[in-house]
Amino acid sequence: MSSPSATPTKGKRTRGSNPPTRKSWSEDALTPPSRRRRTDDASTSDLQPMPTSPVTDMRSPAVQDTSLFSSPAQSRHSAPLNEIDMSSPLTYGTPSSRVEGTPRSGLRGTPVRQRPDLGSVRKARQVDLHSDHVSGHFPSLADEGLFLQRFIDPSSTDDENAGLDLNEPLYMQKLEEINVVGDPVLNVNCEHLQSFDADLYRQLIAYPQEVIPTFDMAVNELFFERFPDSVIEHQIQVRPYNALKTRNMRNLNPEDIDQLITISGMVIRTSQLIPEMQEAFFRCQVCAFSTRVEVDRGRIAEPAVCRNCNTTHSMALIHNRSIFSDKQMIKLQESPEDMPAGQTPHTTVVYAHNDLVDKVQPGDRVNITGIYRAVPIRLNPRQSNVKSVYKTHIDAIHFRKTHEKRLHGLDEEAEEKLFTEERVRTLRELAAKPDVYERLSSALAPSIYEHEDIKKGILLQLFGGTRKDFSQTGRGGFRAEINILLCGDPGTSKSQLLQYVYNLVPRGQYTSGKGSSAVGLTAYVMKDPETRQLVLQTGALVLSDNGICCIDEFDKMSDSTRSVLHEVMEQQTLSIAKAGIICQLNARTSVLAAANPVESQWNPKKTTIENIQLPHTLLSRFDLIFLMLDPQDEAYDRRLAHHLVSLYYQSEEQLEEEFLDMAMLKDYVAYARSYIEPRLSEEASQALIKAYVDMRKIGSGRGMVSAYPRQLESLIRLAEAHAKVRFSDKVETIDVEEAKRLHREALKQSATDPRTGFVDISILTTGMSATARKRKEELAQALKRLIQSKGKVPTMKYQQLFDDLRAQSDVAITKDMFEEALQALTDEDYLTVTGKTVRLL
Amino acid sequence: STQFYKWLNHLMSLHVQTKPSNCSPDWETKVLEYFKEKLKDNEAASWVPSLNDVPVHYLKANSLVKFRCFIQDMFDPEFYMGVYETVDPSSKSKVLRSGKYKDVAECGHQVDLNTKNAVTLERQTFYCVPIPGESPWVKEISFSYSCSNPARVVPSTSYAPCRHKRSYEEDEDMETQPHKQKEQLAGPQGTTDIHGSGDPKRLETEAPSSLSNAASGCSSPLDLNFPLPGEKGPACLVKVYEEWELFKVNDILEVYDCFSTSLVDPMDCTESVEEQRVHCPPASLVPRLHMLYAHRLQHNNPLLPPAASEGQSSSGFLNDVVSVRGELLGYLTHVLLGDALAAEYLILHLISTVYARRDVLPLGKFTLNLSGCPHNSTYTEQLYRVIQQLIPSSFRLGMSLHNMNNLRLVPRKDYTANRLLSGVLQLAPNTSLFLDETQLEQGQLDSTGVRNITALGNLISWQKVDYDFNYHQMEFPCNINVLIASEGKSLLPCDCHVRLQPQLAPPNLEQYISTIQVSLSPSLLNKFRIYLSLLRTLDYSISEEVTKAVEDDFVEMRKDDPQSISAEDLHRLLVVARLLSLSVGHTTLSRDRWMRAKHLETLRTNRTEQQKCVNGNEP
Repeated sequence: MSSPSATPTKGKRTRGSNPPTRKSWSEDALTPPSRRRRTDDASTSDLQPMPTSPVTDMRSPAVQDTSLFSSPAQSRHSAPLNEIDMSSPLTYGTPSSRVEGTPRSGLRGTPVRQRPDLGSVRKARQVDLHSDHVSGHFPSLADEGLFLQRFIDPSSTDDENAGLDLNEPLYMQKLEEINVVGDPVLNVNCEHLQSFDADLYRQLIAYPQEVIPTFDMAVNELFFERFPDSVIEHQIQVRPYNALKTRNMRNLNPEDIDQLITISGMVIRTSQLIPEMQEAFFRCQVCAFSTRVEVDRGRIAEPAVCRNCNTTHSMALIHNRSIFSDKQMIKLQESPEDMPAGQTPHTTVVYAHNDLVDKVQPGDRVNITGIYRAVPIRLNPRQSNVKSVYKTHIDAIHFRKTHEKRLHGLDEEAEEKLFTEERVRTLRELAAKPDVYERLSSALAPSIYEHEDIKKGILLQLFGGTRKDFSQTGRGGFRAEINILLCGDPGTSKSQLLQYVYNLVPRGQYTSGKGSSAVGLTAYVMKDPETRQLVLQTGALVLSDNGICCIDEFDKMSDSTRSVLHEVMEQQTLSIAKAGIICQLNARTSVLAAANPVESQWNPKKTTIENIQLPHTLLSRFDLIFLMLDPQDEAYDRRLAHHLVSLYYQSEEQLEEEFLDMAMLKDYVAYARSYIEPRLSEEASQALIKAYVDMRKIGSGRGMVSAYPRQLESLIRLAEAHAKVRFSDKVETIDVEEAKRLHREALKQSATDPRTGFVDISILTTGMSATARKRKEELAQALKRLIQSKGKVPTMKYQQLFDDLRAQSDVAITKDMFEEALQALTDEDYLTVTGKTVRLL
Repeated sequence: STQFYKWLNHLMSLHVQTKPSNCSPDWETKVLEYFKEKLKDNEAASWVPSLNDVPVHYLKANSLVKFRCFIQDMFDPEFYMGVYETVDPSSKSKVLRSGKYKDVAECGHQVDLNTKNAVTLERQTFYCVPIPGESPWVKEISFSYSCSNPARVVPSTSYAPCRHKRSYEEDEDMETQPHKQKEQLAGPQGTTDIHGSGDPKRLETEAPSSLSNAASGCSSPLDLNFPLPGEKGPACLVKVYEEWELFKVNDILEVYDCFSTSLVDPMDCTESVEEQRVHCPPASLVPRLHMLYAHRLQHNNPLLPPAASEGQSSSGFLNDVVSVRGELLGYLTHVLLGDALAAEYLILHLISTVYARRDVLPLGKFTLNLSGCPHNSTYTEQLYRVIQQLIPSSFRLGMSLHNMNNLRLVPRKDYTANRLLSGVLQLAPNTSLFLDETQLEQGQLDSTGVRNITALGNLISWQKVDYDFNYHQMEFPCNINVLIASEGKSLLPCDCHVRLQPQLAPPNLEQYISTIQVSLSPSLLNKFRIYLSLLRTLDYSISEEVTKAVEDDFVEMRKDDPQSISAEDLHRLLVVARLLSLSVGHTTLSRDRWMRAKHLETLRTNRTEQQKCVNGNEP
């Protein structure tokens, strides 16, 4: 890359002139504000020559005299390290003056935009005085330039870098982008900076107020060097983000004041736009002489005397000629995941300035990078009393919505839970154990006894399959989520299992079929009474995108509600056409449902469908259907009793030790979900094919279809999930074996035809077993024969016919069966039934 | 001892106001240590005036007070000037001061914020209210304790608590006359009735709180945000200086604080008006307390020593636990119209508590559904009053359609004011919730109603309440004893359903119950109270041997008839056995108790079976 001449020169000069300074600076930054009391002045004095010469001037008593009480917006003095502010002169608003003498043509022509986010506008005047001295003392300007020119991040997965050549310097490409697009904002990932120059990174974190402006200068210098003719709205502003310590709001403490921080949270409230005056315009009412006064630390020094005509108190503020900048107050609340149990969430005030205003909306999950501020509260502007409490807020520099990507592509950000290396090692160790699958499944809901296969099924559901995209071939995405239905007797801890899963997964939703409506599950459009804006309110299914939606009492759900599940469970999307909003939302959710039999007890003589009375179209969308029945055998009873009794006398500590704790399980699942993407190996594919063919074969002998492509897809998903459990990138034969076993196990339970004892998949796919269908046909034929045998009678009594048929048949015929047979004949146009009479056609 | 308190106070103000510039950090910890040591002594603690008893304006600023309270909400942490420097305008001399334990920095001096010596520190604010649903007798007794201490002098106030002082005898007298009691029971906190208004001094403190009736929905000038409608008492902002992570919302505490009423309110433009009102209410209404020391209470029964020393005193009591149980059983049998089985189950219910959680499953809860309560009578109310007299905190929720559709049961976050709006289900651990389903009539539940019923169901099944944070819900585990009184079987889930079988039908129920109450001797009543609170705290275990026997039993029962006992039944049976053992003071399960538990369960199920035959409609 052709490096611009100015920057290196400058760099050399800096280095040469002041090497020791640089060292002390970085040393200080190394240990920065450990309990940042103002007491540790010793260290700051080391620092003094450092950032800028004005520091010393600022420390002079004259400057200090501008004591707190003369001005209301006093963030700077509250800040423990006031020299930061003192150096703010060089921060901003005046680079043009500093630039004097350096050959940067484009730079001059471009107006500077003030950066209220850095809180430094006000000191502009003083800077001018010192700017000549200042310009020689940039310790790091060169480094910034170097960073921007050289930084390459070949392994980038960052979505912001989409479409950039990863082997070229990243930020230079971004500058090119700015040149093309004309948006004068450069977002800088602090992580990159850290890997490039750790010292500079530390400086940025500890002294953002002055390091960011030097970044700005470096960027502008570079930019106009490369693109001297480029015309952009104002000079480029650098916005660092992802200050590595992305932290929880709860961890903020006085040490962080005036540092660059990144915190995550949820926006709960945004204020109206607040115009903040930057420059006041005064006009003399006598002679119409006008003057401009810049806001200095939140105050305007109103000129008492007109400089032109010397009239006192004649200057009047002209509002519409004053200059204002936009400002918005945003309330940020801790994200629910970060909160310790039993406490209420914390909130923080964030101020957004200029173009960051209205970037976020209430409900958005965001990562905010900004400078943490503390301002003392004054009791009364006229008194010198100060409340001994500071107001804190964050001046936002960069917003990053964390859920935005949910609309397109994978949701890595949310899953991007930070795993420490140590944690990863423990997880990997665990994954390496041969019995990890068993371990995890037994760690799942330990209070629920046995039901090993069901727990295994749910475990696989937690991990999910690999998402595949066939949209290019027109097939659309393949579902990776595994859906499970539990049915069985009431009181077999189905709800408990659901509750457990709901508590385990980060984005789980729990609803009961009884209480939820289609609207509650999907989404609805609401008109905000204040703004008259249409707002899309999302329901449980959308909210559990990438999570698990637990639906209890599935059977109690109304038909219309259930119908929305059809789309969700296969296409993984949700279409809404309401109040003028037509959209398709992602609802890539796994469904874990529980259903009770229609009769109070599970009737083993009936099929699954008959027992739970759910439409087979929906049932076939479940990968696994388990029965949770009360096994009636002595050994089981004994183990169950032992399990329950021990539950009641073991102390809590004992319970803790016994199993892998829930937190571990959570991390394990989260890790596997975000980092492991297994693919089918050759043997595994063969095994799957064989398994499928075998399944088809079973039924063909008896004229039944025992497997459909849907079952094959299920098998693949299960096998992939099992590979994920092992942290394996390849699906191997053992995975297929387990998938087969589990699938067979579930089928055995749910798709066994009680009349024949064979597994018959058509029970689930068509709602009726093949034998039942055959029997139905036979009965209809028998009835037809009976009617024919009666000769030419146009009408018959319903009851009479029923009795005759029963008398004739050697198997018991229920009224239902009889009606079915009649229906079948009606369909053949052989007869019609009107009330109590049967009429031949 | 007057001396002592004065001295204590003096020391306190010394500690708060001055801080030698050369102070070592030890100095502060030493003083705090000393306080804690002193306050462990019950005597000393009783000298400290309690905010529960003494109206706010009788307390001297910067004096030591105590407060028995419930953490309703936690505000954001705040940064304050831990150490700052003041400059005397005349002499220009500089003094270092501590900002701890106060709201406002020193007046009359210039505060130099830029000094190198200044330290910024962090503290946390809790919004505390008196324990919701605290029974009147608890207030009475703890008040009489503090009054009966002859040495006690309320410093520097003209307030004479003796006006309200009731000797123990009087107190007991009153319990025997529930009606009279009802009027007077408002206790030290005062009531809104005529008695209270007779005292102009007290009226002041009442006015704001009595308006804050959450149920009525009226927007009072200042809603003090009590969980239960009609609650009274002071609400406080407690500033916590250390280890605030240890406390949780809904904990009950006894805090020893430095009492401060700064009269000035900060002006701050960043907060909205609503938020301002909530977070900085006038200090005269919501005093600020600066916590020196606090301990979490396991119970708020004044008859029992606080948790720490339970060991010694309870062992004595355990000796006559059996006789007390007998008496209590007799008493409750009378109250339950001669139904001894129901009385037995009621005792078990009253001593139940969630003692552990196994993943999502709370262990030890025992929700009782007492069906067969006469409709359209005041019986449930009478029953509640009896229970209220026995346990330290309780609340009766009439499940009328109106209440269900209008009450806020689940706390909700109010983002405009940035606070947690309390709801009826925000209760302290071990509070009894008496759900009166007899008041429920046919009709339409609206969406609030459905949510409320779901919340009640969740509370009963999982012992948790999902607080509504608008964009998400947050789960708060709780430990609330729920008793449902209903006509038929309740529509809510419950652990145990007992059909009430009245043996007698007194013509005048009200009179009947009050006669029973009158005949109860006060000392016995107090024994009941101790009994019920104490047994909750006991540990319990099952020996290997009995475990084996229970397993055998279960297998045996299943062999005969698999339908006869399910896993759920075994769960319940184990809880019954546990509570039954504890109710006689046994901390291990014996075979006899196990058989007795089984017997009880059989009696109970037979009764519901019978009912099914009598009344085919009942499920």
